[in-house]
Amino acid sequence: MSDTPIIEFHNVGMRFGTQQVLAGIEFAILPHQTVCIIGESGCGKTVLLKLVVGLLKPTEGEVRFEGTPVHRLSERALTRMRLRVGFLFQQAALFDSLNVFDNVAFGLRAKGGMREAEISPRVRERLQEVGLPQTAETKMPAELSGGMRKRVGLARALALDPDAMLYDEPTTGLDPIMTDVINELIVQTRQRRPVTSVVVTHEMRTVQKCADRVVMLYPQARLEVGEPQVLYDGPADGLATATDARVRQFVEGDARGRLRDAQ
Amino acid sequence: MSSPGSRFPLMASLATALVGLGDWALFAGRAFAGVMRRSFPARELLRVAFEVGYASVGVVAITGLFIGMVLAVQAYGQFHTIGLDTSLGAVIHISVVRELGPVLAAMMLAGRVGSAMAAELATMRVTEQLDALACLGVDPVKYLVAPRVLACIVLLPLLTVLADAMGLLGSSLICLHVYQIDSYHYWRHTQEFVKVWDVLSGLAKAVVFGGVLSLIACHRGFHGQAGATGVGRAATEAFVLSFVAILVLDFFMAMFINTLDGLLWPSPAKVV
Repeated sequence: MSDTPIIEFHNVGMRFGTQQVLAGIEFAILPHQTVCIIGESGCGKTVLLKLVVGLLKPTEGEVRFEGTPVHRLSERALTRMRLRVGFLFQQAALFDSLNVFDNVAFGLRAKGGMREAEISPRVRERLQEVGLPQTAETKMPAELSGGMRKRVGLARALALDPDAMLYDEPTTGLDPIMTDVINELIVQTRQRRPVTSVVVTHEMRTVQKCADRVVMLYPQARLEVGEPQVLYDGPADGLATATDARVRQFVEGDARGRLRDAQ
Repeated sequence: MSSPGSRFPLMASLATALVGLGDWALFAGRAFAGVMRRSFPARELLRVAFEVGYASVGVVAITGLFIGMVLAVQAYGQFHTIGLDTSLGAVIHISVVRELGPVLAAMMLAGRVGSAMAAELATMRVTEQLDALACLGVDPVKYLVAPRVLACIVLLPLLTVLADAMGLLGSSLICLHVYQIDSYHYWRHTQEFVKVWDVLSGLAKAVVFGGVLSLIACHRGFHGQAGATGVGRAATEAFVLSFVAILVLDFFMAMFINTLDGLLWPSPAKVV
C-alpha cells in the first residue's frame, strides 16, 4: 500500500451562514484503504464527502486529491477528477426520467469515447456485480425498492471504474438483511478492484464489516481517527447487536477518548 | 451592536436583490454557453420541447381566442357610438399582435411550464440528482437548463403566433358574426394599420420573454430548499418573478420598440 495519501483534509473548516459545521479537520486517507466516518447527525459527515468532490468549497483550509487542492482545480480538471471518484448518494440520487440501464450508462455516455456496443456489456456487468437481474434494466427508479435503488446507484458509480468510492450512508433506511447485502457489496467492490473507499455511516455493522480505519466526528467539530477494533473493545456487547442508539452511545460516551487513547 | 443590515433594512434588501441578480446573470451566462456548445442530448431537448410547445398549444389557443372575443365585446360599445365600427378590427388586432399575444402566451408558459420546471429542478436539487450529475462529469446548468432555455426561446414565438391567430379569430367572430360589422372594411382597416413590423415586434418580445422566464424558473429550481415546502416555494417564486419580469420587460420593450419605430419610419408630423 502506498504511503502517499489519495485524499487529505488540511485544517478544513466549513461554515453555513453563522453555523460552523466543521473546524480544524485534519486527516489523510491512503490508497486502497476503507475509512468509515461516523458521528451524530448534523456533525458534517456528508459535508466531508461533498468537499472531496468539490460540490462544496471549504471556508477554511483545503481538501487535496492526490496532492492537489480540489477547490483550486480548473473546471475541466475538476470534471476529470470527479470521473475518477464514484459517489453513492444517501437516497441513491437516480435520475427519475431514465430507466435503470440508462442511469448506469449515464456516466459512460457523458464521458464519451465509448460506443453503445461497448457501453451495453459494461452496464450489464456492473448490474450483475451488484446482484440485479437483467429484468431490472428497463425499470424506472420509481418502481425500485430502497435496496435496489442503492444497488443501481452503486452500479452507476462503479461503471466508470473509479479510483475512489464515496458512500454517503449507504445503508440508511434499509432493513437488516439489505444492510448486510450492501455492506457485502462494499467489501466485494474493494476486493475486486484497487479502490479507496470512504463510507459515511451510522451503522456499526458497516464499520465492523468494512472499515480499515474509523474517523469519529464530534458535534464540537473535533475528530478522532483510529483502528475500528478499539470501538469493540470493552464491556460493550459487541457490534452484532449494535443499533443507531448504540452509535450515539459510542459517540457520546463509551468510545469517546478510546480512539484518542489508542493513537 | 446592531448590524448594518438591521439599521438600514432597505439597503440590505437592495444588496440582497443585487447579489441575486448577479447570481442569476452568471447562471444565465452558463446556460447560454450550454446552448452554444449544445452540451445536452437531443433527446432531452425533444422531451422539454414537447412539454413547452405541444402540451401548451391548447391553453394558449383558448386564451388567445377568448381574449380576442372579450376585447371585441368591450370595445364595440365605444366604437359603435362614434360610428367607427369597422376600425374595431384594426385596434384589436394591433393590440393582440403587439402586446396581448406575446404577453399572454408568456404568462401561460410561465404558469404552466415555468412552475413545473422550477418544481422539477428543485426536486432534483433536494434528491441530490443535481449533485449526482456533477459527480458524473456533467455540468447540471448546461445539461438541464440549456435545453429548457432553448426550447422556450424557440417555441414561445411560435405559441405567440398561435395566440395572435386565435385572438384575431375570436375578435373577428364577435365583430363580424355577432355585431354584423361589414367584413370588407373591417379587414381593409386591419390591413392598413397592422404591419409586419407590429407582428415582428411582438415576436421579438416573445423571444426575450421565453429566455427570461425559463432562466428565472430554472434558477429558482436550482436554489430550491429541502422538503415539499421548499419545492412548492420554488414553483411559486418562479411564477411570481416571471410574471413581474414579463410585465416590466414588456413596458421597457414597448418603449424601445416605439422609439425604434419612430426612428425607422418617422411620421409626417415629426418630419414637419
